[in-house]
Amino acid sequence: MNFLSQKDLLGMGQLSRETINLILDTAESFKEVSSRDIKKVPTLRGKSVINFFYEPSTRTRTSFEVAAKRLSADTVSLSVSTSSMVKGETLIDTAKNLQAMNPDIIVIRHSSTGAPHLIARHVRAGIVNAGDGINEHPSQALLDLFTIREKKGRIDGLKIAIIGDISHSRVARSDIIGFRKMGAEVTISGPPTMIPSRAETLGVTVTCDPRDAVRDKDVIIVLRIQLERQGKSLFPSLREYASYFGINNDVLAYAPKDAIIMHPGPINRGVELSSEVADGPRSMILDQVANGVAVRMAILYLLIGGLRVGNVD
Amino acid sequence: MATWIRNGRLADTITGVFEEKDLIIEGKRIEKIIPRGQFSEGGESLDIIEADGMLVLPGLIDMHVHLREPGEEYKETIQTGCLAAVAGGFTAVACMPNTIPPNDCRSVTEFILEQAMRAGLARVYPIAAITMGRKGTVMAEFGDLKAAGAVGLSDDGSPVADSGIMRCALEYSRYYDLKVISHCEDLRLSEGGVMHEGEISTRIGLPGIPSAAEEVMVHRDICLSELTGCPVHIAHVSSAGSVELIRRAKDKGLPVTAETTPHYLTLDHSSVIGYDTSAKVNPPLRTREDVEAVRKGLAEGVIDVIVTDHAPHSSLEKELEFDKAASGMIGLQSALPLVLSLVDEGCLSLSRAVQKMTIAPARVLGVEGGHLREGSPADVTIVDTDARYVFSRDMILSKSRNTPFLGREMKGIAHLTMIGGRVVWQRKASHPGS
Repeated sequence: MNFLSQKDLLGMGQLSRETINLILDTAESFKEVSSRDIKKVPTLRGKSVINFFYEPSTRTRTSFEVAAKRLSADTVSLSVSTSSMVKGETLIDTAKNLQAMNPDIIVIRHSSTGAPHLIARHVRAGIVNAGDGINEHPSQALLDLFTIREKKGRIDGLKIAIIGDISHSRVARSDIIGFRKMGAEVTISGPPTMIPSRAETLGVTVTCDPRDAVRDKDVIIVLRIQLERQGKSLFPSLREYASYFGINNDVLAYAPKDAIIMHPGPINRGVELSSEVADGPRSMILDQVANGVAVRMAILYLLIGGLRVGNVD
Repeated sequence: MATWIRNGRLADTITGVFEEKDLIIEGKRIEKIIPRGQFSEGGESLDIIEADGMLVLPGLIDMHVHLREPGEEYKETIQTGCLAAVAGGFTAVACMPNTIPPNDCRSVTEFILEQAMRAGLARVYPIAAITMGRKGTVMAEFGDLKAAGAVGLSDDGSPVADSGIMRCALEYSRYYDLKVISHCEDLRLSEGGVMHEGEISTRIGLPGIPSAAEEVMVHRDICLSELTGCPVHIAHVSSAGSVELIRRAKDKGLPVTAETTPHYLTLDHSSVIGYDTSAKVNPPLRTREDVEAVRKGLAEGVIDVIVTDHAPHSSLEKELEFDKAASGMIGLQSALPLVLSLVDEGCLSLSRAVQKMTIAPARVLGVEGGHLREGSPADVTIVDTDARYVFSRDMILSKSRNTPFLGREMKGIAHLTMIGGRVVWQRKASHPGS
């Protein structure tokens, strides 16, 4: 069995095409576990996983916790209010204290870009980035890849649109890197204020018109919209966003019939996505959530396995 | 007793030539400058400083440093900052007023000068605040500050956002002959940003600061200089656009001067990859094109002065998440070799480089020094341009070690630093590069 040859999963940039395939293949074999009557395998018995969330999260944290438990690992979850950050402890100190308890994996979500990278330099445990600032969210990109491969049978050669606040989306950044690496063509779209500087250097096509963005696409990923970012409005109103950039059946009329719709959640119904689309037959949103558990099982299993067999320097 | 500095290559920063001349120093001043080999020892005893194969320069002047005292003595004190200065070849430093409390009144200026006297190392020229508390609303008492010893004015770190106040400050300060040094940043445009906005910020997911945040304020200050006829000095120029704006202002004949730092001449935004907080600085490290434009501006005289913007921070401010880390890097001991490497690369001539660290800052601030003439203060820096070494933590004499240049191969080092005829720094035999 192959494992990961790295200690940490910090971003999609560090994964090769082969490694991504290994994770997706492993996830496929774990997916079956979740459909059993007894949803547990003893693979990671005696291993411990700490979920360390500096930012609110329901989906991702629960998903990692369920994934670890289905592999029989012991899990502890800390969130901002229960951690020492409110007592003024630095991130490095907190990380060193957690390390002293000798966990195998620390899953971290943090509002600062690079926070998991900083911790990874100071602890022996494997670090899994569950979202850092506006940078990356690799497990989301992997579950998106898994879902696309499951529904479309391949990734190579597909045309994928990502629509919304690209500038501030760690999902977009990880997706772009992952999709490009696996051979898909990526178009990004959103209001001009939400397209990052020099976006074309990411190897994507940019268009602001959502009808243009969905044309010829196999997959359409819609991102969550927030009206305010650091006290600044990047567009005039949610109403205007919904009218001109929201994805509804009128916009989808421009997309191929077999295009699938994905969204990392949580959805703002009636803003970036209309209810008819969110609940419609093309929506894969709940499949993504289900697949998230299998993909995260694969991530934990492959990282801990790599640490155990000494694949890691 | 007199001192004889002999066999070196002496820089004349006024004519821009190097000559094989010796210096005779009597007391605090330069007594005589004579061609090599023409001095014969008289009967009196003489201290001889051998400068064979080395450059003999007027003491280097850094018109932009942060000494952190009063208030943040755990990062730097006037004593440690001045020690780093003389070890780096600087005989004078101008310290910015963003201390705690800020230098916006006579008592703080006097305190800084007293501490500098106690340290007895580099000359310290206090830069006072433009506005009370550096808050940008009420002008500080320029007359009183000047009387106490302040040599310039700046709200460095927090720009004067109100153009009306900035206009008043330019007009009122001219009466006291105090230069206004402007930190150019539109805070609403840079808000939330932690590195240069561009390809790298997009790639590594850090919020960006566009060059325009600097350039709109450079443009504003140039407009105010034109309106009032008053001089303004643009601090730490980092972008190609700023260089272009200053070039046009100078072509028009406006009294605008400018400075940049070795890091804007050397590093670009790729230094931030890996979230290295030692490369976090404000304004941020920009693109390779910006580095080239700043170099060109320096060589062509658009940028008058090289400063360090020496900004010590402890691990408490730097060993953090990138967005939470403080901006700034130390620079007093790395500036000279970095500038010499620019000379080696052919970016500018040695005499130009020396002028930008001596006579140019002296002229902008209106202080003594910056050139070697009979009768002028004996502030001298002897430089070994051939010394090769790796810039390492144990060389650093500043209290803080926040620099992205650690581990870099350097060439050239201050061999001896003399202030007012007194040797305040001499490279030890065990010192790297000797």
